[in-house]
Amino acid sequence: MALPKTFQGYRRENKRVGIRNHVIILPVDDISNACAEAVANNIKGTVAIPHSYGRLQFGADLELFFRTIIGTGKNPNVAAVIVIGIEPKWTQKVVDAIAVTGKPVEGFYIERHGDIETIMRASRKAKEFLQWASEKTRQECPISDLWISTKCGESDTTSGLASCPTVGNMFDKLDSSNVHMCFGETSEITGAETVCEARAKSPEIGKKFMKTWNEYNDFILENKTNDLSESQPTAGNIAGGLTTIEEKAFGNMQKIGKTIKYIDVLEPAEEPSKGGGLYFMDTSSAAAECVTLQAAAGFVVHLFPTGQGNIIGNPIEPVIKLTANPLTARTMSEHIDLDVSAILRREMNMDQAGDALINETMRVANGRITCAEALGHKEFVITKLYRSA
Amino acid sequence: MSNTDFIVHDKEDNVGVVVVENTPENQECTGWIMEDDSTIKIKANVKIPLGHKIALKDFKTGDTIIKYGYDIGKVVADIKKGDHVHVHNVKTKKW
Repeated sequence: MALPKTFQGYRRENKRVGIRNHVIILPVDDISNACAEAVANNIKGTVAIPHSYGRLQFGADLELFFRTIIGTGKNPNVAAVIVIGIEPKWTQKVVDAIAVTGKPVEGFYIERHGDIETIMRASRKAKEFLQWASEKTRQECPISDLWISTKCGESDTTSGLASCPTVGNMFDKLDSSNVHMCFGETSEITGAETVCEARAKSPEIGKKFMKTWNEYNDFILENKTNDLSESQPTAGNIAGGLTTIEEKAFGNMQKIGKTIKYIDVLEPAEEPSKGGGLYFMDTSSAAAECVTLQAAAGFVVHLFPTGQGNIIGNPIEPVIKLTANPLTARTMSEHIDLDVSAILRREMNMDQAGDALINETMRVANGRITCAEALGHKEFVITKLYRSA
Repeated sequence: MSNTDFIVHDKEDNVGVVVVENTPENQECTGWIMEDDSTIKIKANVKIPLGHKIALKDFKTGDTIIKYGYDIGKVVADIKKGDHVHVHNVKTKKW
């Protein structure tokens, strides 16, 4: 199959391209969630993104928090942003950082106003933004404007056999197309870390990966109890036949195919800066945390192979789910965008599966609603590095 | 081509993954080795569920399980060819 050359996207003020046209109501902190949700309830078609943090964080944990919140607002799937915080200073900090993209953004703070007045004023502005965004139209954009992330979940042995290699086949095919691609899940590379190191574009990048992996592994060894039973692999992984973290890791690594090399190692939620190609991002292996970080880095569409049936979605980045487990495809069909279980019956080869995934991804990029979007999955989970002050 | 009971990734792997809902007990099962597209036959000693591993040889405690051509853990209880290989007889070497 010839690779598609273009897709229909929304070109934003900063030239980045989105595949969705969301107006989001973004709370700066946990106590502003009620206000943000009330605004989204008033103005139909806007999306509130409630979360649990944003107060008394400090140091690297606070930096990651801001990178995640600001990056979410900057993502090109977002047309315009209403920011709501308890006090003016951090609210304005978030507004100013998102405004760099040139998109409409306005902040509201609750102190000295109260919820009710804030909801009223923010709702009026949200309505204005929504109507403005509704007139934006899709236009033809080169495939190199697509930023694609991947992460698998509730993996089982069918993930390593078929659904993860399907993503890998697609990534190998996109290697020369200048598309931005991203994988992560630092802890889940354990057992395959030297194989992953060897997939770096240069020894220096490989060393950067090993430094990141070693830090995560030391942290796990420091904090584990007897072992990571039922956390890595998870209870779902074990039920699906995965026995050890090493087995899970080699299955996970199938997502980066056979030949493509990663060109940089990113901090959590860090925006790539080396142009098109594959990036590794230091993330947790928890699905919602990982996708939230990748969306905050600017990725606009996500490929999610699942074995036992992880049902995750994200409020701004559409999540395409594929499975090779025939039981999952049959019993959870409303969650599965692409069924590649035919690979296990030798009725479909990897090349055909990769093409089918490219096709599905282009349809979603052009506007097709994913299963997770249709079902209302909007899991937004901030990665927290340590306790707040 | 749809009568494959289990799949083996690499030639040097010593376990395969069951891809039917359950292997028939005490019956010969057909395995497909993806790497070289060859076929092997092994009798499953017990029912092995979809996605779980079948032993392609006998193992002693301390042996290494190879899958994807790589070390994925150590044997902690003896395993016979055709047995179910999982958390009851294999553990990680990492954590």
